[in-house]
Amino acid sequence: MAVSIATFKGGVHPEYFKELTASLAVTPVEPPKQVVIPMLQHIGAPCEPLVKPGDRVLVGEKIGESEAFVSAPVHATVSGEITAVAPHAHPSGQMIEAITIESDGEDSWEQPAAVEFDWEKLSPDEIRRRIREAGIVGLGGAAFPAHVKLAPPEDKPIDTVILNGAECEPYLTADHRLMLEQPQQIVTGLLIMLKILGAGRGIIGIEDNKADALRVMRQEIEGRPELKVASLRTCYPQGAEKMLIEVTAGRTVPAGGLPMDVGVVNHNVGTALAIARAVTEGRPLVERVVTVTGGGVARPANLLVRIGTRVGDLLELCGGMKEDTGKLIIGGPMMGLSQPHPDIPVVKGTSGITVLSDEEFELEEATACIKCAKCVDSCPVNLLPLFLAEAAEHGLIERAEKYRAADCIECGCCSYICPARRPLTQWIRLAKAEVLKRRRQR
Amino acid sequence: MNRKLVVSSSPHVRSIESTQSIMVDVLIALFPVALVSVFLFGYRALLLMAITVFTAMVTEAIWLRRRNIFGDGSAAVTGLLLAMVLPPTLPWWMALIGAVAAIIVGKQVYGGLGHNIFNPALVGRAILFVSWGSSMGGNIWPGPKLFQFGANLAAVTGATPLANQEEALAVTFSQLITGNVAGCLGETSALAIILGAFWLFSKKHIDWRIPVGYLGTVFVMGTFFGGGFYHGHLSTGLFHLLAGGVLLGALFMATDLVTSPVTTTGRLIFGIGCGVITMLVRLFGTFPEGVTFAILIMNALTPVIDNFTVPRAFGEVRRGA
Repeated sequence: MAVSIATFKGGVHPEYFKELTASLAVTPVEPPKQVVIPMLQHIGAPCEPLVKPGDRVLVGEKIGESEAFVSAPVHATVSGEITAVAPHAHPSGQMIEAITIESDGEDSWEQPAAVEFDWEKLSPDEIRRRIREAGIVGLGGAAFPAHVKLAPPEDKPIDTVILNGAECEPYLTADHRLMLEQPQQIVTGLLIMLKILGAGRGIIGIEDNKADALRVMRQEIEGRPELKVASLRTCYPQGAEKMLIEVTAGRTVPAGGLPMDVGVVNHNVGTALAIARAVTEGRPLVERVVTVTGGGVARPANLLVRIGTRVGDLLELCGGMKEDTGKLIIGGPMMGLSQPHPDIPVVKGTSGITVLSDEEFELEEATACIKCAKCVDSCPVNLLPLFLAEAAEHGLIERAEKYRAADCIECGCCSYICPARRPLTQWIRLAKAEVLKRRRQR
Repeated sequence: MNRKLVVSSSPHVRSIESTQSIMVDVLIALFPVALVSVFLFGYRALLLMAITVFTAMVTEAIWLRRRNIFGDGSAAVTGLLLAMVLPPTLPWWMALIGAVAAIIVGKQVYGGLGHNIFNPALVGRAILFVSWGSSMGGNIWPGPKLFQFGANLAAVTGATPLANQEEALAVTFSQLITGNVAGCLGETSALAIILGAFWLFSKKHIDWRIPVGYLGTVFVMGTFFGGGFYHGHLSTGLFHLLAGGVLLGALFMATDLVTSPVTTTGRLIFGIGCGVITMLVRLFGTFPEGVTFAILIMNALTPVIDNFTVPRAFGEVRRGA
């Protein structure tokens, strides 16, 4: 394996455990008998339901929509009857309004309305419209509506699109498999983005622990001088937006700024694939690849699942949770959200379901900070986590703001590395939320 | 499924490193130094180390009413570090008092590990130094003798080569590197100290900035202001680096995690400050050696240094730029 030098300052090297699923091809799962589709699966305004109990819907039919620009519509992911429109447990931990559909078992699809599927003949506005209509959001986990990033203001010209194939989060292999299995669609998605933005350069960043994906993607871009595959050193959080842009494009996103401030738009490889399918097939986002993994699950797998499928059902499919299961995480172990129960739906941003056995994590009591500064050395955005967390712990929000709480990217490196097991990220996250709240009030 | 799942904030996995494992790594790093001191100074070195380590651990366990006397391992580190900066001739009961003082006055009165301002081992040494100065060294020992293994103690102790030019010229570089000179238990052998420090570097428990800042300053000041008394200017700079307690201080004392700055710039400033004060004492002070007080003074300045060297966040624009 070639060792690449491209990396950022800081970061940590957790055990990756990718071998649990890295070699397992994506398996499509039968559409479930019932799906629960939350009205909020993205950053931005929640959707309003367009259907009511008793209505019948087809796969791909729009069932939730919002007038707001920063939002993304949701679609039916099975055909059948609406049985409920009510708040339901959501991976975010909140109760969120959701539409329940009982499947009729037919899996009948709505016919795409579009007529022209050759993307090169489409105008940028038409492509953007299709992306929005398809309900595409960032599939790496953040779930920011894709069309918004692809419509930068006029004073922010974009010259570079970066695809994130780093997949630096331990355990997860969904993006890895997509790159191996559908490289052509990913590259099409990237070319579509370049066209919309009028950008001349596309870079696909992949960590060097995925040598096969690097090889496949390199083959795929051959003969396209505007595209480049960048091999990145395996180091968490290599796939964090700001890190990835610095390493691949050599540009530093200003603190408090956005990638577009440095002429860059950044999307996950899975999002590129979804964009390609929305534009060239008229297919809305009704399914996604989810890695089900961890020592707590009997048969780890990469699954292509309908959005709204119960996490519990997917776990059953993978042999169920083992006796010694201690944690159920939506996402990976560094940034994922742990769940009290599996009765939640897969949403657009669900890249993985990590089930940790008791042996794979520890709950230890925090001891005194010994000021070893390992958190300082590992912080990719140059903060002083120990002082930030201390300020937060004492409720000193102004001090936390002075220590740049708002710039924290919540990657978890500081908590991971802390030998005294202090929950630094948790405290900083708290302070960050408070700082941002106060800024909005000012 | 009836099993209760744990819900907590991310990240959900942790590094295997712990406070205790770091302390054990420091003990491992001190092993070559301790071993050489036993070779050089014989059973007395072993006795002093055993006394300080044991006393430090017991004192801390009693203070904290803790049954496990090893605990997080920090007391053992303090005890062993203290032994490293004691002269081999020190009466055993003084070593015992030094260990008790290091743990109580140097550490526990502040609230224990992580809260202390000063390096506990150096607090212990400083207290012994002001209490029994004559036993702790100074320039009253007889002249240096060649090392002979198994020789009686008087034969291998002597004034630190820093005491005056005559003492200095009596030792060679190869003596300074192997440790075959008068001095405290752990400070004489450059080779053993550097070997141990490599372990800490490889484990990333210490950063290059403090040692490089410290040693670089000592070398530069020794070269330019040392007067070239030791076979010329450059070798006088090198002499200041290898003689006395600078190497041990720069690699094992100044790098103490708790009492040194956490910011990267701060670490460099801290190291340079230690070097400057050490050399001021050596060149102009009444004592031949200034490592202990240099580090203690910089320890006191550590919070201030941290405060003034808060790094710019990623992508943060320089004010006014």
